[in-house]
Amino acid sequence: MSGVVMTKMPAQKVAPKIEVRERHEPPARKETGKVKVAVRNLDFFYGRSQALHNISIEIPERIVMAFIGPSGCGKSTFLRTLNRMNDVIPATRVEGEVLIDDHNVYATGTDVVELRRKVGMVFQKSNPFPKSIFENVAYGLRINRLTKSYSELAERVEEALRDAALWNEVKDRLKTSALSLSGGQQQRLCIARALAIRPEVLLMDEPASALDPIATSKIEELVFDLKKQYTIVIVTHNMQQAARVSDTTAFFLLGKLIEVNSTEKMFTAPNEKLTEDYITGRFG
Amino acid sequence: MLSPTGNTGDAIFRALMFLVGLFVVSVVIAMLIALASDSMLSIREFGFHFLISRQWNPIKGEFGALPFIYGTIVSSLIALLISVPLSLGIAVFLVEQAPHYIARPVGFLVELLAAIPSVVYGLWGIFVLAPFLRSYLEPPLAKAFGRLPLFQGPITGIGLLTGGIILAIMITPIISAVVRDVLAAVPGSQREAALALGATKWEMIRVVLVNGAPGIAGAVILGLGRALGETMAVTMVIGNRPEISASLFEPSYTIASAIANEFTEATQDLYLSALVELGLILFLVTFIVNAIARLLVWNVTRKTGGVGRAA
Amino acid sequence: MAVTRPVDRMRRVTSAIMTTLTGLCTLVAIGILLIILSYIAYRGIGSLSFRFLVDSPRPVGEGGGIGNAILGSVVLLTLSSAFGLPLGIAVGIYLSEIGKGRFADAIRFLVDTLTGIPSIVTGVFVYAILVLPMRHFSAFAGGVSLALIMIPIVARTTEEMLKLVPHSLREGALALGAPQWRVILGVVLPAAASGIATGAMLAIARVSGETAPLLFTAFGSRFFSYYLDRPISSLTVQIYNYAISPYDEWHAQAWAATLVLMTLILGINIMVRFLTRKRF
Repeated sequence: MSGVVMTKMPAQKVAPKIEVRERHEPPARKETGKVKVAVRNLDFFYGRSQALHNISIEIPERIVMAFIGPSGCGKSTFLRTLNRMNDVIPATRVEGEVLIDDHNVYATGTDVVELRRKVGMVFQKSNPFPKSIFENVAYGLRINRLTKSYSELAERVEEALRDAALWNEVKDRLKTSALSLSGGQQQRLCIARALAIRPEVLLMDEPASALDPIATSKIEELVFDLKKQYTIVIVTHNMQQAARVSDTTAFFLLGKLIEVNSTEKMFTAPNEKLTEDYITGRFG
Repeated sequence: MLSPTGNTGDAIFRALMFLVGLFVVSVVIAMLIALASDSMLSIREFGFHFLISRQWNPIKGEFGALPFIYGTIVSSLIALLISVPLSLGIAVFLVEQAPHYIARPVGFLVELLAAIPSVVYGLWGIFVLAPFLRSYLEPPLAKAFGRLPLFQGPITGIGLLTGGIILAIMITPIISAVVRDVLAAVPGSQREAALALGATKWEMIRVVLVNGAPGIAGAVILGLGRALGETMAVTMVIGNRPEISASLFEPSYTIASAIANEFTEATQDLYLSALVELGLILFLVTFIVNAIARLLVWNVTRKTGGVGRAA
Repeated sequence: MAVTRPVDRMRRVTSAIMTTLTGLCTLVAIGILLIILSYIAYRGIGSLSFRFLVDSPRPVGEGGGIGNAILGSVVLLTLSSAFGLPLGIAVGIYLSEIGKGRFADAIRFLVDTLTGIPSIVTGVFVYAILVLPMRHFSAFAGGVSLALIMIPIVARTTEEMLKLVPHSLREGALALGAPQWRVILGVVLPAAASGIATGAMLAIARVSGETAPLLFTAFGSRFFSYYLDRPISSLTVQIYNYAISPYDEWHAQAWAATLVLMTLILGINIMVRFLTRKRF
């Protein structure tokens, strides 16, 4: 883990040490470079006020992309446009295109249910259902009728819990209430719940911000493991976290996309001055 | 009694307030005592037999509460059967589906149903609902389900079914108001969690309902409590005949309507005492039912407004 | 997206059906309300006249009116409010401002369950403690029974309204050295006054529709009366008596009386709603 110092900065700016995680293991997954999500000229409106301005970005398959930016910059709003979760808020309007596997999800006639099966979401504060651990993870499988028998269901639940690194902690109490778990465990449960339906893209909206440092590092390790199979977009207000887990980073400010770059470049030699200012802590 | 501030004005005030609190307790206790003591005559005469005897004969001086217990329970059950799905539907529509500018006025209109006095429901029941049932609802029911003893016998429009239906209308605004509060208290994150997993609107609503289940149960029991004690509307459409019959078309009698109907005609002491004993039974039953309901709903919505509004 | 699976189509159809059903339920409820209200207007308007509002009842065929019933209701409501409002507000103040701990919780619980006691049981109670000893029905007994119904309702709304008053108001007054009773009566109560007033109005509207407890406390009368120790008529009891009578003419009068009563009740409810809307 090498600490990297910003060499381009004038001497009087204090350069924070931001660690970029080196990859110890060879990429076991196929980073094909194929674009999974392509956003073109996206504008988003809450009623009259515009929250997102002309966002265009391409998110390749099976990488982790972090969205960073000061609070209120629109990164969560933008994340939610990707699985049309903003639809539930009244008086919102979208212009532009969001293409997932070359299909515009805002085209009329899109099956939103199908979209949300492909694009899963984990929220900032864990929100397990008031049901058992098993039933929480099984929920997506049940409503989407993804399994044909109970044994298949149980298998998928176990698989999801293993993928979320929670299996060993809960395997003996699957039928107990999910609300009896700790905060960090509940969040991993929500991740398991999202993974159970095998989405292709996983959106994570500040998944660790409500957790203590130990739980947070568990989540980060999880993200690092998950990117073998999934395309992950993670919103975070914690730049160190972005640097630790992501391959690519996108910086948002006031509803605009300022820069997208590989994480290494973003935190050492960003292209835009605004990005530089944010990274060095001049604002936000 | 010194107050924490040491001020005599405060001491007096707090003493007064304490008395006020005592007043509430004493009213409840006084009710219990008055009802119990005035029904002593009947209790001593009939004992437990009162609750299981079908004989209500003022002339012979034999009194049994079973017909009234039966009528009260069955009419309330019918009311719940009709009202609970209806109320749930209304609450779900208003909270989960209707946009704000529709939900508020429509919610107000539904609540207005609770403002209509019982005697007015009774009046409407006699002259509008009963004839309607007699002409349009009960004949088809008799034809379709006549094999069941539930739907046999002469059709007059006045009877157990009519009582149940009018009770259903009367408790719907109460149940739906409380369920609305319960559903509104379910955090939005639950809805988002369901939707993010690909749930349809209805599937998401089911998650909300599961979240609100204890409060919904409380609302239903609250409605039951109201139905058990409803007097005027029921007494005007149920027929007031102290007999148990299997058919819903037949006249029946509830505890409350018996008291209302016969109280001023009860000349003998035993007669009066039996009626008071009916009042005592009603008091105890509604007290317990309401206590259970309050416990269930209190835990779910800290807002007392929903429950208070329902009274 | 890709082709929709049949099971997903079914889920969408189910969702559409259920969400339509809920809308239907609401329509049914609103429909019933409108049917009842319009029928009252339709049947009631025919018999309304100035004479009707002013006369006392006459034997069948001679007309008559609900004048004494209106007077009786006014007397009863005034009496019950005189007892019920101050006591109810006092209980509300107790629950909100003074009562802490187990005793207050018990009181609150009892107040809650008092709201659920059927009004006819209240009537029996008042019969036992007032009518029997006095040996006759009276307006006083009727007023007391209505007051007993009113108190829990008013206590509840008062408590709620008082709880809405921000703590900073109380603390500011206390910090100036005012004793608690002064703070409550002089600062908090006035701040919550409009809310308490609307609560009181709703309680009056609610109690004006009560019939059962009056049947054997105030009992009813065919004459004009405002004596508190005599039986007294009321709109609701009169409606009941006319409704169950065998005479068409009296049925018509029942509808007209209902129209008068409903106008009062709806008027109060709508006015309260209008007033509370402005607050938000």
